[in-house]
Amino acid sequence: MTDMNFPFLSVLIFFPLLGAIALFFADRKQVRFIRIFTLVWTLLEFAVSLPLYWYFDETWNGIQFLERMDWFPEWGVSYLLGIDGISLLLILLTTFLTVLCVLCSWKAIEQHVKEYHITFLFLEMAMIGALSALDLVLFYIFWELMLVPMYLLIGIWGGPKRIYAAIKFFLYTMAGSVLMLVAILALYFHYHHETGIYTFNVLELYKANIPLLKQYWLFAAFAFSFAIKVPMFPFHTWLPDAHTEAPTAGSVILAGVLLKMGTYGFLRFAIPLFPAAAFAAVPLISILAIGGIIYGAIMCLMQTDVKRLIAYSSVSHLGYVMLGMFAFNLQGLEGSIYQMLNHGISTGGLFLIVGMIYERRHTRMIADFGGLSKPMPVFAAFFMIITLSSIALPGTNGFVGEFLILLGAFRSNMVYGILATTGVVLGAAYMLWMFQRVMFGQVKKEENRKLLDVDKREAVILCTIVLFVFLMGLYPKMFFKKMDATAAGYLEYVKGRNAFYSLATADQKTTEMPLLAYAAKPTTDKGY
Amino acid sequence: MADYIWLIPFFPAVGFLINGLSCNKTSKTFVSWVACGALFFSFLVSAAIFVNFLQLPAEGRIFEKDVFDWIVSGELAVRMGFKIDALSVIMCLVVTGVGFLIHVYSVGYMHDDPGFTRYFTYLNLFVFMMLLLVTGNNLLLMFVGWEGVGLCSYLLIGFWYEKDSASNAGKKAFIVNRIGDFGFLLGIFLLFVSLGTQGVWTLKFSEIQPNAHLLSVPLATAITMLFFVGAVGKSAQIPLYVWLPDAMEGPTPVSSLIHAATMVTAGVYMIARLNFLYSMAPDTLFVVALIGALTAIFAASIGFAQYDIKKVLAYSTISQLGYMFVGVGVGAYAAGIFHLMTHAFFKGLLFLGAGSVMHAMSGELDMRNMGGLRKKIPITYWTFFIACLAIAGIPGLSGFFSKDEILWKAFSSPHGHPGIWLLGTVAAGMTAFYMFRLLFRTFFGECRASDEVKHHIHESPKIMTVPLIILAALSIAGGYLGVPHILGGGNRIERFLEPVLGPPQHAVATRDMSITASAWASVGAEEAAGGGSLELILMATSVLIGLFGIYLAYLFYVKNPELPKRFTERFRSLYRVVNHKYYVDEFYEAIFVRGLLKVGGGLMRVVDDGMIEGSVNGTGSLMKRMGGIIRLIETGYVQAYAFGIIVGAIFVAGYLIMKPIM
Repeated sequence: MTDMNFPFLSVLIFFPLLGAIALFFADRKQVRFIRIFTLVWTLLEFAVSLPLYWYFDETWNGIQFLERMDWFPEWGVSYLLGIDGISLLLILLTTFLTVLCVLCSWKAIEQHVKEYHITFLFLEMAMIGALSALDLVLFYIFWELMLVPMYLLIGIWGGPKRIYAAIKFFLYTMAGSVLMLVAILALYFHYHHETGIYTFNVLELYKANIPLLKQYWLFAAFAFSFAIKVPMFPFHTWLPDAHTEAPTAGSVILAGVLLKMGTYGFLRFAIPLFPAAAFAAVPLISILAIGGIIYGAIMCLMQTDVKRLIAYSSVSHLGYVMLGMFAFNLQGLEGSIYQMLNHGISTGGLFLIVGMIYERRHTRMIADFGGLSKPMPVFAAFFMIITLSSIALPGTNGFVGEFLILLGAFRSNMVYGILATTGVVLGAAYMLWMFQRVMFGQVKKEENRKLLDVDKREAVILCTIVLFVFLMGLYPKMFFKKMDATAAGYLEYVKGRNAFYSLATADQKTTEMPLLAYAAKPTTDKGY
Repeated sequence: MADYIWLIPFFPAVGFLINGLSCNKTSKTFVSWVACGALFFSFLVSAAIFVNFLQLPAEGRIFEKDVFDWIVSGELAVRMGFKIDALSVIMCLVVTGVGFLIHVYSVGYMHDDPGFTRYFTYLNLFVFMMLLLVTGNNLLLMFVGWEGVGLCSYLLIGFWYEKDSASNAGKKAFIVNRIGDFGFLLGIFLLFVSLGTQGVWTLKFSEIQPNAHLLSVPLATAITMLFFVGAVGKSAQIPLYVWLPDAMEGPTPVSSLIHAATMVTAGVYMIARLNFLYSMAPDTLFVVALIGALTAIFAASIGFAQYDIKKVLAYSTISQLGYMFVGVGVGAYAAGIFHLMTHAFFKGLLFLGAGSVMHAMSGELDMRNMGGLRKKIPITYWTFFIACLAIAGIPGLSGFFSKDEILWKAFSSPHGHPGIWLLGTVAAGMTAFYMFRLLFRTFFGECRASDEVKHHIHESPKIMTVPLIILAALSIAGGYLGVPHILGGGNRIERFLEPVLGPPQHAVATRDMSITASAWASVGAEEAAGGGSLELILMATSVLIGLFGIYLAYLFYVKNPELPKRFTERFRSLYRVVNHKYYVDEFYEAIFVRGLLKVGGGLMRVVDDGMIEGSVNGTGSLMKRMGGIIRLIETGYVQAYAFGIIVGAIFVAGYLIMKPIM
């Protein structure tokens, strides 16, 4: 932790907003200026986020870069920001991917360019806000704020079925968030009932002692909301439509960051707030996660649309993330967090790749391609590498995450581990089959014969992705060292709290002592 | 010297990077110098370490070094680290030595291919991965190499990606290998979970070994079986062998390097490396030996009825790999590795020879269109002939020594069984038959090629024939590293490998042996003491069977060429089944591939589009209908609203009034 009082997180959140406001006054005809401005702005934002990495104290497992201001003190609402090792990495992923998104929209977006970039900057603000908010009201505001720009991105700059997809996306997510809102309020009143304090501060609420039945309901509400966002099987059907219709950059950010909001929500809120319920839900969540891994992979085999295929592969990959998280051991958890980053890089990369051929051919159908390796050899090499990282070839980033998750799952429950490991076979099958149909064979369509290979801009984008594929695959320590303490502390805390609850319920059965009596006892508080 | 071990994989990695990043802008000469040079230097370093090892006492022949932390999470701490000992130095020598020769040969073979640079980039990457596999000091690093060579195999099988058959074959290889890797991964998990609590968190071989005794026998059996699943995939054994024949779609030197000499033997290497685990699990050993013996016979029988020379060689490779598994499966790890090495020489040579034949015959692969090439391409013929003698186990050549070592161990080792020996001996005769069938049909008799092809037949250039000659020399001389005691040799390779693979099995006290095995062990021990006449008898038997196979081939294809035709007509249906490789591919295709797609299609219809989307859209239309009902209340009459408000107010007031009473 640094003693610096510089409000890094606030700056990170509102810097993009400032950019959006500035763009508001730009001349809409100066398209090139708008693009360059946004690029520079997001690059600056990325540069501002880097000090977080250097100054983050990896030896300490508490919340860092804490910022606190009262907002509505009488209701206990505060402007409370702070990050731990998990949100740190996700924020860096966000600022990194946003730059690539601006770059990849260079030629793809030709209409409403100004509004597009304003929307994107606005989205970046909401994402970083949601990742650093520690007050439930603040979090909920950012959470809902993310919906709007994404809805617009799909609905305005999307493909032919964009309206349907946008509404489906919006309604699906809203259905979940409404339940979460109710649960937040219930938790808020419960805490007041227990301690006499009104607060939305998560760090305070972690200490709440919630009777089991109530805990199950609240966990269910939170989990439902986050499970839709992840998306966990069987709440995934909005994802293929949203991804297919969204513009490339929208898909990248949707896969790269927005889905992680669901998994992050589990980590930050649903599990530590309701640890006993979370532990009780392990079988259900694990089975759904494994279902997602296998079901998503099988669905991938059936797709005829490249983008839809990658969307389903996300269902499969996020299944791994959930499985690792609910293994409740360090390997599973760290693998799960790492897989979140990996998925941002690899699947983000795949969407970028698809975007590039879409820009050239204006189709996403697998059958319209074939033999692209011939006219586009350099592109083929990049595509191959990113495909391999998606099927978790050792040496690439995907392997580190998947290996740890499967190992963690195997440790906590052998059957889960074995079932989930079948995903490595299916994963190779659908990705390589897709790659073969798109890139190998003879060039069958006349239009494909003259396709141009990657240009400089595209090469820069793909090189950055590939760089991270190998960096994260060969030297994961760079990232692990920032989350090691957080993950260990988190596990210790969650397990301790769960043990406390089971002790409390056991006692209650024998002595009829109300749960509240335990509130006075100190719990192992690891900075949460 | 051994601390320079990192240089061995380093050179091919550099070669890969230089050629890979050159973007086709460098000349072919430059590319080939870089690629071959990288291998040459790797070979020099390996050889230097080997020589250095020979000067050291046996227990000093080991060097291990961690380079940096790789995956460290909680207790798990896997590092990038290298280890070289007697076993890995032999593997390094084979990989870099044979690899170098094949690289040189490829310069000539691939000379006119537009993908020249890409080819050598992949080839260097392959060698790098293979070296990683054999020099990694822990299981996970071995797995990196393991999947890495699989990737290169995928890339090189599908090298001519415009051909659908090639890209299909590549994909098939990768996916079938992944099925094996599924087992390998689970093996790592189970090992980690069972030994982790004992303090082995690094997955290093050198830490697993001293702790292996903590495993119970059932656990050791389960772990070794899972690893063996990986080996079955990579080394193309029953039931996962189906990818290897298809892999012949790749350029022929690739088949030689990857699908004969090195990669496919990784499974054998893995078992040898983990010998301390396998020795704890006699049940697994039995399965390994049995699968090996069955594969040896099964694949050899398919080899009878193939006409594509590369396909014959592919089935022969599967069969020979089966031999190696028999070797390691009866606990004779050194014999398995010995055969791995000699096989790399003669099978590498056979493939390169086949490549040279193709070169001469304008790409022809079907032996029905060949014949009489003996005079036209003499160097290819003579080297091919030597390789055939070696693989047939003719005394004096390398194959004889390594094969007989395995057969003898299969018979005499406490883990062995006379049934296994019998299968192996029969397979030896079959091998001799189909190899000489290939030799006679290709090089003897009348030339059956079209006139145009005939006109072009020519011997390959020096850059291709010199590697052939060197490999032929090795196919003869390689065997003298392991001359058995009975023939007055010292079995030097077994002694060299002893610090890693343990002393020869018959001297080891074993537990959990089946009764028959122990009975045979006592016979073996007696014989070893009593002058070894049994060993000589068995040796003579297998040689005679081999000679008989050759004679049969001579009878069929030289003396009386009408005989095979009459034979196939007589046993038409049997012939068809064998010719179609027992329809195993068709069976897999129908059950697994189409089955999976059918399941997928069904799931998509029923679950995604039916149940989930149904309920989601159902919720939507339910809302709509409910809205339609509620809309009836929204009449627009102020009186109606006022009435509603009043009714509501009365209810609320009533509740508030009644509340204290209730």
